[in-house]
Amino acid sequence: MHELAVTESILEIACKYAENAKATRVTDIYLVIGNLSSIVDDCVSFYWDMISKNTVCENAKLHFKRIPATLTCLDCNQQYTLDGELTPCPHCHSPKVRVISGDEFNLDSIEIQR
Amino acid sequence: MNENRIKIVEKILNANERIAEQNRRRLDASGTYGINLMASPGAGKTTFILATIDALLDDNIQIGVIEGDTAPVTIDSDKISAAGMPVVQINTGGECHLDALMVEGALDQLQLETIDLLIVENVGNLICPAAFDLGMHSKIVIASVPEGDDKPYKYPNIYRGLDVLIINKIDLLPYLDFDMGYFSKGVEMLNPDVKIFAVSSKTGEGMDRWHDWLKAKLTMRA
Repeated sequence: MHELAVTESILEIACKYAENAKATRVTDIYLVIGNLSSIVDDCVSFYWDMISKNTVCENAKLHFKRIPATLTCLDCNQQYTLDGELTPCPHCHSPKVRVISGDEFNLDSIEIQR
Repeated sequence: MNENRIKIVEKILNANERIAEQNRRRLDASGTYGINLMASPGAGKTTFILATIDALLDDNIQIGVIEGDTAPVTIDSDKISAAGMPVVQINTGGECHLDALMVEGALDQLQLETIDLLIVENVGNLICPAAFDLGMHSKIVIASVPEGDDKPYKYPNIYRGLDVLIINKIDLLPYLDFDMGYFSKGVEMLNPDVKIFAVSSKTGEGMDRWHDWLKAKLTMRA
């Protein structure tokens, strides 16, 4: 739902770094997105094509690297990976858990032509 | 590494987070305690705010409200104004959430040094507001029982990192199949330390515990 705002941020950051590197073109953009971020890749790509027009990032390809959601149990200290729905600790069934990965939402790198 | 590959590793919402931090410092400087109040449409956010204003009237606590709405209607802000409190409305122009920059603009329109408690009523939505820090001191979600007991499982992001959860409209519990145990387990899973208040803004049931918590927070800062 908020992919437009997010896509605008991606464009802003990528353009800033491209300008600093005196790039003539950005060819690829590498994003790292945790599975807990409520971001739809297709939706970002859709907005990307629209808003990157007439910028140094026009036609740059977006690459999405997804990071699985990993939780740690506060009672038995074991870690587990979420596969879909949020579940209590599969080892001791405690509901007291903490998210340790899956929130990532980073622009990792860009590839440019000079 | 390919010399045309530029490593960045920047949070995509970094700009928002920087402005949020500025907002927080501004509130700190004026001694204002800020709350980001989030909920689905119809959970009772405005009624809850009005009931809170009403209850704190005798305590000489000045409350300011920022109303986020996607449409340019002043239904909610008119109610706050009628209660005698300063209110600023943000029309997001269809956007599904408030962000730190919008709130920064609203802060400019309030006399912050006269406001003890600032409540930001976010756009009614359980998805997008979760991603945007506004620079308040606490995040509060209102869940109303007619929404169903499965919401923490279906919208985990908004139910995470909460300071307070308000379970509203408990006067309707006799008419609904709302399993409080199942609901609470889902919330606890995401926030072992969350404070939960079960209330009815309409009848006032349970509201005194929430008011006590809020007053204690404000006293601690004063």
